[in-house]
Amino acid sequence: MASVTLKEVSKSFGAFDVLQSIDLTIEDGEFIVFVGPSGCGKSTLLRAIAGLVPVSKGDVFIGGEQVTDVPASKRGIAFVFQSYALYPHMNVARNISFALETARMAKAEIRQRLTRVADMLKIGHLLDRRPKQLSGGQRQRVAIGRALVSQPQLFLFDEPLSNLDADLRMEMRFEIAKLHAEIGTTMIYVTHDQTEAMTLADRIVILNHGRIEQVGTPRELYDRPANRFVAGFLGSPRMNFAPVHTDTSSGLLHGPSGFVFATSGTGSSQPVTLGLRPEALEIVEAGTAQSISGTFERAEDLGYEHIAYVRLSDDLVWTIRSTEPLSGHARGQAVGLGWQIKDLYLFNEAGIRVDVEAARGPVVAVQS
Amino acid sequence: MRNRETRTAWLFLLPLLVALAAVAVWPLVRNVYFSFTNAFLDNPSEYSFVGLQNFITVMEDPVFWGAVTNTMIFTLISVSFETVLGFGIALLLHRAFAGRGLVRAAILVPWAMPMVVSAKIWEWMLNDQFGLINKALIWLGFLDKGIAWTADSSLILGTVIFIDIWVTTPFMVLLILAGLQLIPEEIYEAAEVSGVPAWKRLWSITLPLAAPAIGVAVLFRTLDALRMFDLSYVIAANNEKAMTMSIYARDQLIGFQDLGVGSAASTWVFLIVGLIAILIVSLLRLDRSTA
Ligand SMILES: Nc1ncnc2c1ncn2[C@@H]1O[C@H](COP(=O)(O)OP(=O)(O)OP(=O)(O)O)[C@@H](O)[C@H]1O
Ligand SMILES: [Mg+2]
Repeated sequence: MASVTLKEVSKSFGAFDVLQSIDLTIEDGEFIVFVGPSGCGKSTLLRAIAGLVPVSKGDVFIGGEQVTDVPASKRGIAFVFQSYALYPHMNVARNISFALETARMAKAEIRQRLTRVADMLKIGHLLDRRPKQLSGGQRQRVAIGRALVSQPQLFLFDEPLSNLDADLRMEMRFEIAKLHAEIGTTMIYVTHDQTEAMTLADRIVILNHGRIEQVGTPRELYDRPANRFVAGFLGSPRMNFAPVHTDTSSGLLHGPSGFVFATSGTGSSQPVTLGLRPEALEIVEAGTAQSISGTFERAEDLGYEHIAYVRLSDDLVWTIRSTEPLSGHARGQAVGLGWQIKDLYLFNEAGIRVDVEAARGPVVAVQS
Repeated sequence: MRNRETRTAWLFLLPLLVALAAVAVWPLVRNVYFSFTNAFLDNPSEYSFVGLQNFITVMEDPVFWGAVTNTMIFTLISVSFETVLGFGIALLLHRAFAGRGLVRAAILVPWAMPMVVSAKIWEWMLNDQFGLINKALIWLGFLDKGIAWTADSSLILGTVIFIDIWVTTPFMVLLILAGLQLIPEEIYEAAEVSGVPAWKRLWSITLPLAAPAIGVAVLFRTLDALRMFDLSYVIAANNEKAMTMSIYARDQLIGFQDLGVGSAASTWVFLIVGLIAILIVSLLRLDRSTA
């Protein structure tokens, strides 16, 4: 088990800066998830921690020791790849025990560890098979088994579940969570999948363009996103945004039609964008006081939840999410969107979230 | 449905089969046919059957066995060296480095040249009086006077092997490199991360996974080497120390105009090459899918 510290880690491929001065501290035993859009450098960061790519600048510490120049094979880590990367010419048992064999571990010890890992992952009946003879889920279990058996001080996962179908994903997600609870080893997990991030992580690291946007617990990131990027990234469907502007004479914040809000923000904390999550909105009668007005577009019934789309202007459609059916409206019908101050997010010119508390003022209902 | 597909497949194969029959099967059948006769090349329409006499003549000729031995030695040594060198160079080229594309193209040059041209170039370079190699060796102090690499009977087979290695190693490199590039990078990374040292990765991952490609390359090269003609013919002419099976057959057929014995010798060559091919294929299990 080990903590991980990154100090101003940068990585460039030629003139292209993939990672830019990453500072991060991961506690011993933590489950950390890296999320971010495709190409933001998640894999590169993980591989830099593993030692599979050299960093251009900065230092990597594992377990308090500086390992920046230590080769991957000496870092005491295990890596689980998206493609599983099983050895195609070895059977499952050998795939799992290969590294132990090369480390000249005693046969009995190898067998014992193999059995334990196989039991833990329920792959005991597959030990004689080649990777080709396994299903995707089974392959992933073997890959995890191969990582587990060397008893590393740090687990790295690069999108381990993204080649699996939805059911299997859920099952394996559960298994990985269980695994972490059982062995308590530090894990770093890269994913595209918000659900994986929200459910697995002790803390989430959100990356964008090679920079860390925010680090925090899933709840913190969801409730108090540091900026517009984080706010828009977490949540499905994503947060609704709309431009706002401050009327300098009245000091009132004007947004989409029907939205008026008193602000005390000034200068750089002047909000220019507002955000409301789909589940914070409620479809009400058109013209209801303090509601944002729009026209109903369409509704989707997903069984366990309902999604509706309401057009606010020619180029702005908002999403509403509810556990109640939302289909009682005709296409093109004028509706109102009710919202509450506690759910409102405001962002300034730089995209930084402005505290609504600070900007709070009496809401003035203005009929449009 | 199945039947129709099969029929269509045969239909598509038909032109190929006809062409093969015309240029391969028919000459082969004629060759075997003539090997049972006493025909001569100047008048091949007049002959009578002599049974296995020609085969016995060839088998009892020590020159033929000399040619067989030469061919075997040549094949074994040159293919071994070419495989090892080819694998080594392919490993180097597999690593990304600046100018790799250029090196990859340049390395093909020896192979792209016609064998006769390469042989002539080397013959000149190895010349005992004017040759570059001897000059260089003398200048470096390894030799007092030039060695007649291509005239000295004890050196000539070695010289032929050396030139063949120079010419055909690039071919091996390319075939093996193609095989190496099929191995996913992540497999190595997985091994590296779990602490498997580099030599072990080479031995237990690269080698077994590249084995099918190496096997095919070895098969190609072996069959090619077993019927080698041009290189020895240019360098050694009729020197028995470097005579190959193909040269022996050619000498009987063209040199002595003996169509019967020449055909019998060709048939022997065909049988020997065929036998070795079957042996390699079954040894490498190339016919089975590597599932
Ligand atoms: N070896 C390389 N040479 C040049 N550029 C690279 C190399 N590896 C990655 N990149 C670039 O670095 C950026 C980050 O890549 P990385 O694989 O870390 O993204 P990612 O966040 O893992 O994306 P994804 O979610 O699609 O896997 C990408 O723009 C990619 O094109
Ligand atoms: Mg990636």
